[in-house]
Amino acid sequence: MTGFAGRRGGHRRRTTRRIALTPVVFPMAAIAAPLQDALQPAGPQAGHIHALWLLMLGVCALVFVAVVAALLVALRHAPRGDVATAADTQALTRDESTVRRSVGAAIAVSVALLLLLFGATVVTDRALAQLPLTDAVHIRLTGHQWWWEATYDDPEPANVFATANELHVPVGRPVVLSLEASDVIHSFWVPNLHGKKDLIPGRTATIAFRADAPGVYRGQCAEFCGYQHAKMALLVIAESPQQYDQWLARSRASALPPPDATAQRGQQVFLRSTCAMCHAVGGTPANGKHAPDLTHVASRQTLAAGALRNEPAALAAWIIDPQQIKPGANMPAHALAPADLLALVAYLGTLQ
Amino acid sequence: MSADGSAGTLAAHPGRDRPAYSARERYGGWVDEPGLLGALATIDHKRVGVRFITTAFGFFVLGGLLAGLMRLQLSRPDSTLIGPDLYNQLFTVHGTTMMFVFAVPIMQAMGVYFVPLMVGARDIAFPRMIAYAYWVYLFGGAMLFVALALNIGPDAGWFSYTPLAGPQYGVGKRSDFWAQLITFTEVSGLLVAVSVITTIFKLRAPGMTLNRMPLFVWALLITSFMIVFALPSVMMASTALILDRLVGTHFYNQAEGGDALLWQHLFWFFGHPEVYFIFLPGLGFVSTIVGTFSRRPVFGYVAVVLSMIATGFLSFGLWVHHMFATNVPELGKSFFTAASMVIAIPTATQIFCWIATLWTGRIVLKTPLLFVLGFFFILVLGGLTGIMLAAVPLDLQIHDTFFVVAHLHYVLIGGGVFPLFGAFYYWFPKVTGRMLNETLGRWNFWLFFIGFNVAFFPMHILGLQGMPRRVYTYAAESGWGTLNLISSLGAVLIVVSVLLFVINVVRSRRRGTAAGPDPWGASTLEWATSSPPPPGNFHPQLAVNGREPLWEPDGVSGRVDGLTNDPPEVLVTTLLDASPHHRRAVPAPTIWPLLAAIATTVMFVSSIFTPWAVVWGSIPIAIALIAWFWPTREEAAKHRKRELPA
Amino acid sequence: MTAAAATPIAVQRVAVDAARLPNHAFGHQSVMWWGTVGIMAIEGTAFALTVFMYFYVWTRVDAWPPDALPPELRWGTLNVAILLASVLPNYYTKRAAERYDLRGVRIGMVVCLLFGAAFIAVRALEFTTLNVSWDTNAYGSAVYLLLGLHTTHLVTDVADTAVLGTLMFTGPLDRSRFVDVSENALYWNFVVAAWLPIYAVLYLMPRWL
Repeated sequence: MTGFAGRRGGHRRRTTRRIALTPVVFPMAAIAAPLQDALQPAGPQAGHIHALWLLMLGVCALVFVAVVAALLVALRHAPRGDVATAADTQALTRDESTVRRSVGAAIAVSVALLLLLFGATVVTDRALAQLPLTDAVHIRLTGHQWWWEATYDDPEPANVFATANELHVPVGRPVVLSLEASDVIHSFWVPNLHGKKDLIPGRTATIAFRADAPGVYRGQCAEFCGYQHAKMALLVIAESPQQYDQWLARSRASALPPPDATAQRGQQVFLRSTCAMCHAVGGTPANGKHAPDLTHVASRQTLAAGALRNEPAALAAWIIDPQQIKPGANMPAHALAPADLLALVAYLGTLQ
Repeated sequence: MSADGSAGTLAAHPGRDRPAYSARERYGGWVDEPGLLGALATIDHKRVGVRFITTAFGFFVLGGLLAGLMRLQLSRPDSTLIGPDLYNQLFTVHGTTMMFVFAVPIMQAMGVYFVPLMVGARDIAFPRMIAYAYWVYLFGGAMLFVALALNIGPDAGWFSYTPLAGPQYGVGKRSDFWAQLITFTEVSGLLVAVSVITTIFKLRAPGMTLNRMPLFVWALLITSFMIVFALPSVMMASTALILDRLVGTHFYNQAEGGDALLWQHLFWFFGHPEVYFIFLPGLGFVSTIVGTFSRRPVFGYVAVVLSMIATGFLSFGLWVHHMFATNVPELGKSFFTAASMVIAIPTATQIFCWIATLWTGRIVLKTPLLFVLGFFFILVLGGLTGIMLAAVPLDLQIHDTFFVVAHLHYVLIGGGVFPLFGAFYYWFPKVTGRMLNETLGRWNFWLFFIGFNVAFFPMHILGLQGMPRRVYTYAAESGWGTLNLISSLGAVLIVVSVLLFVINVVRSRRRGTAAGPDPWGASTLEWATSSPPPPGNFHPQLAVNGREPLWEPDGVSGRVDGLTNDPPEVLVTTLLDASPHHRRAVPAPTIWPLLAAIATTVMFVSSIFTPWAVVWGSIPIAIALIAWFWPTREEAAKHRKRELPA
Repeated sequence: MTAAAATPIAVQRVAVDAARLPNHAFGHQSVMWWGTVGIMAIEGTAFALTVFMYFYVWTRVDAWPPDALPPELRWGTLNVAILLASVLPNYYTKRAAERYDLRGVRIGMVVCLLFGAAFIAVRALEFTTLNVSWDTNAYGSAVYLLLGLHTTHLVTDVADTAVLGTLMFTGPLDRSRFVDVSENALYWNFVVAAWLPIYAVLYLMPRWL
């Protein structure tokens, strides 16, 4: 098996700067290892493309073998010569109709195979366009350098909410993403679910897919977008309709007030530092729009658009100096007293 | 005639064998002044051509070293060897170098050297312009690497998409160096293209009708036409980018009515034909080598010519296949799928014709043919992955992944670089008078072939497994580590292979077997003169009567008398039938192309920093061009003497 | 020595005696013509692409021109008249060159240069009445690029004509210089011909479409 699923001995920890912290265990649902592989389709869009891939692979492999075989046979069949061998100038006037017919036949077969492949392409194109879109989940995805902003749309304005870098979708229901970019061109690509679509500043594009199998599907920005293009990942978590509804309800709710003194102190640190200038936490005065929404950050599997596991040590390292993990990222470093840092991390840990 | 090739054409004139003849006595105004000044002022297309080829090869090595660093960084997951800033510069300069500063120029340079010889001409058309084109090219390529060395190299990709390369997100001067590199190489490329077209149309040996032209000459003719019509597109694109960055225009700024996709359309309208600038001359090399080493004319001459013409035309209709992931209209995309598949047919036609040639010939398995066999294997595989990429749905998965990296290297290295190495082994004896070593050649070939496949085949799988392009690192959990490591090991083999080639060249220049005029028993006119050819190429110029002049019994129908060496004269013939029309005096060597190129460089580089440089910088250029053009009294007097009485 | 490289006897035969041929030619038989036409093809493609850029920007907005009045008609139209009129002395100069009429060439080139100076002066006035700046919006950028590209050709062609004209007065001369004059006239026609569609795009289309 390929992709992010563990191969030998499970996941390897990221080696980040280690900070001595009392380990705090955050309750998270048991999660499967993420997949990122076009050859393991988990929905009809990727499935249609995969079928086309198999056909093309088969036909092209046959053609390749045939051409190489013809070449090898030609080399075996023709007698050897050397530079002094008289050249066959008779060929200029000789009737080579057998050769001509063979070449003609080869061209005809090539044309026929190309038509076959073109036809298969058209069929696949139509299949992709025919995904039923009733009862779709609508998400507006905006690409930023180097993170994904997602807004779940709903006819009821109170139900609209924002999140970042991690999408939850219900298995078996279509998802329609409208794609925009706030700065440069990005590209949304979750290979297990569908092909990619570019996010272009000044334009709104649309992509629709459906996950038919539950799982965690990893995607990555697929259009070079600057320094941290390599670390602009996102997760699409496909779950049962009941789990999805629970997640939706939690996401729509604002953050609960901090439950203990440490978390309260952490919230104070958050609100009086520069955090609130860029980040938003629902239910608090923090309403920044330039960085990922943190209302439910503790419920996500990763931080920094897939660059880090969502764990306290990683979060602390990220807050202290993002440039160590994603050099060039737009988030500045923060010099915080250790107690403040611990409190802040604890507070963020309560934002389920 | 002597084996050291010093006697000019095969037919030595009676009484001319006295060794006391100096070069200037023998070849008159064709000979350059000795020493450094002569070297800088030369307009001999062969000397400039060798310079051009060698310089382009030097850039190939530099670009390859950059790739080596990239492979080093990617050989392990989460590697901290090279950070994102340097890595982004590395892949940008690697791609820019290979596409703009190596592959296209070297194909044109091979044309500069060999097209006049193959059409039996004594010189190229517009030799001073060729010299200027070389210097401009050299200075532009140097500028790119100086920028990289100063850590301000372009870092937005070789294709420099906006808005990333625009004024808002492309900070500093990095993308300006990229855009000006385009200006340098486009001026150079366009001038060479015009010169090659004119040479092929007007300077062919008498009797070389269009359907008697060697297939390599056809390839260069078509390529040059493509350059004329495609290069202006990137010229306008990069000009608009420079204007956006320097003076505040809004071509690519969607907030003021511009569009990021305008860049993509303009760039790829050029960018797709560009890969055929590299591929078509490669096809020309293959035709040449297959014919010589099968000891027969290539089967299906007309089909091969028409296929190359069709490829040239069709290549202009494919560009949107680089934009399938954008939201251009879906129906339009289907058209480009069809066109991108149809272009396979002319290439397939040529492949079948070559296989037929080999099948019905007598095979001489020397190194040039080995590289051509490598071409068959690698290019066909690359072409087939191209058909996969042509299908929109499949492209949406593999676009912008390592699958495309694999595809592009299979077609460009398979279709361009392998034939180029074959051409090096084939024509090295003509240029230097010595053979390259066959044993080293075989090692060179096999290491390159194996190394290439080990380096690039795994990338197909990596792309399908989700690895995007242009990433400076990847996580260990991805599982991509093993294939990346294998790929990097393949790159090491390629480095060794190229090193062997360089060793072969250096050793053979001094100690290679003497070649004589025609070591391969080939059929085209460049083999009818000494190795290396004398100044003025042919003394006397030959007239031909067939497609394979050195093979057919009456292939060479006679010689051309009445052309002087002082002033050096070429024979201008008619377009279709190559019947003699008039004589034309070739201008004298001069330092002004170099000085004009220096002035041009100063203007181009300064205009990165201030728009006024365009105004002030034009003045030295104008002065240099006037001096270049202004005739001397001596020259004018010689021309008047050579005029016919009224 | 290989069989193929044996001295072909036919080389002793003189196939062509080039001494009996002239040492220059006019029109498409000349090498200079092909160089000139090559440059025309390149620049013509560049013009066509710039027109495409202008129309592409048009497709991205509804009102045209966006946030601006179209360029004033008077100077651009005057230039159409001057350029079209300049075709006459240009043609005269070309025919004089083909007759080797030095005096005719000298007069013709001076007249052409006067037209060129007039055209450049009016072009400078055109730039002041475009009703938009290059950095206002993409429309303004496209207008300046199109007009600027043509102006560059205009200025360089007038400069070429000035240099060549001076040479025809000072010498040293031989008959190939008359070919240069003829090719220069050809390129002038290109500069004129390129202006007509650009004028239509910049001045007429926004008013008609």
